[in-house]
Amino acid sequence: MALFSGLSEKLNHIFSKLTKHGRLTELEIKTAMREVRVALLEADVNISVVKQFVARVSERAVGQEILKSLSPTQQVIKIVNEELIALMGSSNAKLNFSNSPSVIMMAGLQGAGKTTLVGKLGMLLKKQGRKPLLVACDVYRPAAINQLKVVGEKAGCEVFEKGQGNPIKIAKEGVAHAKSYGFDTVIIDTAGRLQIDEELMQELEKIKKEVNPAEILLVVDSMTGQVAVEVADTFNKRLEVTGLVLTKLDGDTRGGATLSMRAVTGKPIKYCSVGEKLGDIEPFHPDRMANRILGMGDVLSLIEKAQEAITEEDAKKMEKKFRENSFTLDDFLVQFETMNKMGGIKGMIQMLPGMGGMKIKEEDVDEKRIITMKAVIQSMTKKERLNPQIINSSRKIRIAKGSGTSVQEVNRVLKQFEQSKLMLKQMKNNKMFRF
Amino acid sequence: MGLFSKLKSVLSKTKNGLMQKLNDLFAKNKLGEEFYEDLEDILISSDVSVATTMEIVDEIRETAIKEKVKDKNYVIELLKSELYDTLNFADPLDMSTPLVLMIIGVNGVGKTTSIGKLANKFKKEGKSVTIAAADTFRAAAADQLSVWAERAGVRIVKHAEGSDASAVVFDAISSVKAKKTDVLIIDTAGRLHVKVNLMEELKKIDRVVKREYPEANYKKLIVLDATTGQNSSNQVQAFSKEVGVDGIILTKLDGTAKGGFIISLSYELEVPVVYVGVGEQVDDIEDFNAKEFIEALF
Repeated sequence: MALFSGLSEKLNHIFSKLTKHGRLTELEIKTAMREVRVALLEADVNISVVKQFVARVSERAVGQEILKSLSPTQQVIKIVNEELIALMGSSNAKLNFSNSPSVIMMAGLQGAGKTTLVGKLGMLLKKQGRKPLLVACDVYRPAAINQLKVVGEKAGCEVFEKGQGNPIKIAKEGVAHAKSYGFDTVIIDTAGRLQIDEELMQELEKIKKEVNPAEILLVVDSMTGQVAVEVADTFNKRLEVTGLVLTKLDGDTRGGATLSMRAVTGKPIKYCSVGEKLGDIEPFHPDRMANRILGMGDVLSLIEKAQEAITEEDAKKMEKKFRENSFTLDDFLVQFETMNKMGGIKGMIQMLPGMGGMKIKEEDVDEKRIITMKAVIQSMTKKERLNPQIINSSRKIRIAKGSGTSVQEVNRVLKQFEQSKLMLKQMKNNKMFRF
Repeated sequence: MGLFSKLKSVLSKTKNGLMQKLNDLFAKNKLGEEFYEDLEDILISSDVSVATTMEIVDEIRETAIKEKVKDKNYVIELLKSELYDTLNFADPLDMSTPLVLMIIGVNGVGKTTSIGKLANKFKKEGKSVTIAAADTFRAAAADQLSVWAERAGVRIVKHAEGSDASAVVFDAISSVKAKKTDVLIIDTAGRLHVKVNLMEELKKIDRVVKREYPEANYKKLIVLDATTGQNSSNQVQAFSKEVGVDGIILTKLDGTAKGGFIISLSYELEVPVVYVGVGEQVDDIEDFNAKEFIEALF
């Protein structure tokens, strides 16, 4: 979950240099903007978009607005932030479900991740109470239909396919099938194609004409380079896409293509895909993303994830335990597992304010440690877990053997548990953490 | 079609872009500071990295000033030779048999398709080829590869989906050794280079090849998508760190993406480009040649 963190590091660095200057001169802004330009270009933002962006920011920054300000750095950050938000769109765009069945059509280059995304979106919509039908219109790529069938099964969605037939016909029949069997949503997978492939672009236009989709989503690899602008522009001109979906955001791409495509199409980014599992799809929040770019963290996303991972009942139980000071090793394990559900320690740290600029090394948050910890705790008896004081050295040797670890490892887990207990005690006395 | 005529016709789209821009530039500018800034912009918009761009342009600027150049054709020649030097920085790859090619890369760059094309290419050169379907993760990846193997008329070793990737490789190596096959091509699951556990799986495959088939000429080729931007460099670096990268296959060069990052890559990381993918057909793959690549570019 290193979304945009590269860019955020860069800008943080630039602005930390500025802070030392106090008031800003025109020349200093020029220097800062040169670095902003390089940072954005290295982040794959399209060069023409960068030029417009830098010009707009400089214009606002060099003027009175900033020179009169008492905190020039804050002022610059504010302007860059505002312009970034303006570029990425200002609100979270929802899908349009006005028709029944509502047809969602996918489009994009080869390898953008359309088929996987169809599965992810299917599962997400199903979770939201809709009944989606997945339609296999990629008749060109070998085994694409099989892939959709496997993905559909994992997502618990029915897949409509007619083999390597005519994709326009299949799309039409898929929608008819949805109508007669009570599906309220149809998601159409299409073959990847180059935006300059006239024949295949016409095919998309024909599918669109035939099924009248409520949504046409352009699926784009977040690692795309300068060509992003051209791709997005062409697809948009040919199909009038309704939104963009970013894939592979769980890599370390700076994702500057996002800015470019938003700028050139003006269409909202509706979802982003952030992992290998089918559940790894999230709505896109442009405003939060801009904050993230500036290293202001993504607390809102974290809260939402926490809400999904922790049920209210769990939270109440935990709260009671904290109050009664009866936090056991079992609870300790549950806590770690919850954290894993929330994207792991690394994911969480990335989202916290002030952590954006922090380089997190593998050894700092070794997720393997959690697995070891789990093994150790699960090798204890029920009695030991409730009452760790009874764990003497012979018990430790047994636990180490059972978990395939060492006595030192067992000691470490026990020590960590005691520390967490202590921390919880302190938190309980702190108003900020009151539940 | 000749070896590079296809690439040239494909690249003419790129060529139009770059040549058009250069001509606009020459019509507009004298050889002043603005000219060099625009020259930088042109390279950057072909996805050449900012650092490499600056270095190349600085070099040209210096030479032009020193030699008091005013002729635009001469500047093009300078740029060409500069690009050639950068692209040719890395040594070419030894591809003698028995050859094992492990194909690695992030998701969606075209690994499976490239393997199909490569198998066909080796087969046409009269070599015997076996493919190991070690992408046991992506749904229907082995099915996709089987279709390609059939098209190329080569053998494929595959296990069930979700099975151990290194076991597939182990079996493939035994079979290749027994049959004295010239070339073994290993397909691997696409993985984002930041995923630790998936990288471990790749390292395991790597160990199996080294242990079981030490006499083979073993090369690891990373597949890079021409539409990718600067992240390509992170990809090569991360895969290099984990298993080592011997060469690059550049795919999807039939679009308008210019793949300029290979200029930076071969220079900054000293990894040569070996093959380029230029279309969807089974024979749409070619040996990479820096000189012809640049000639085609202009």
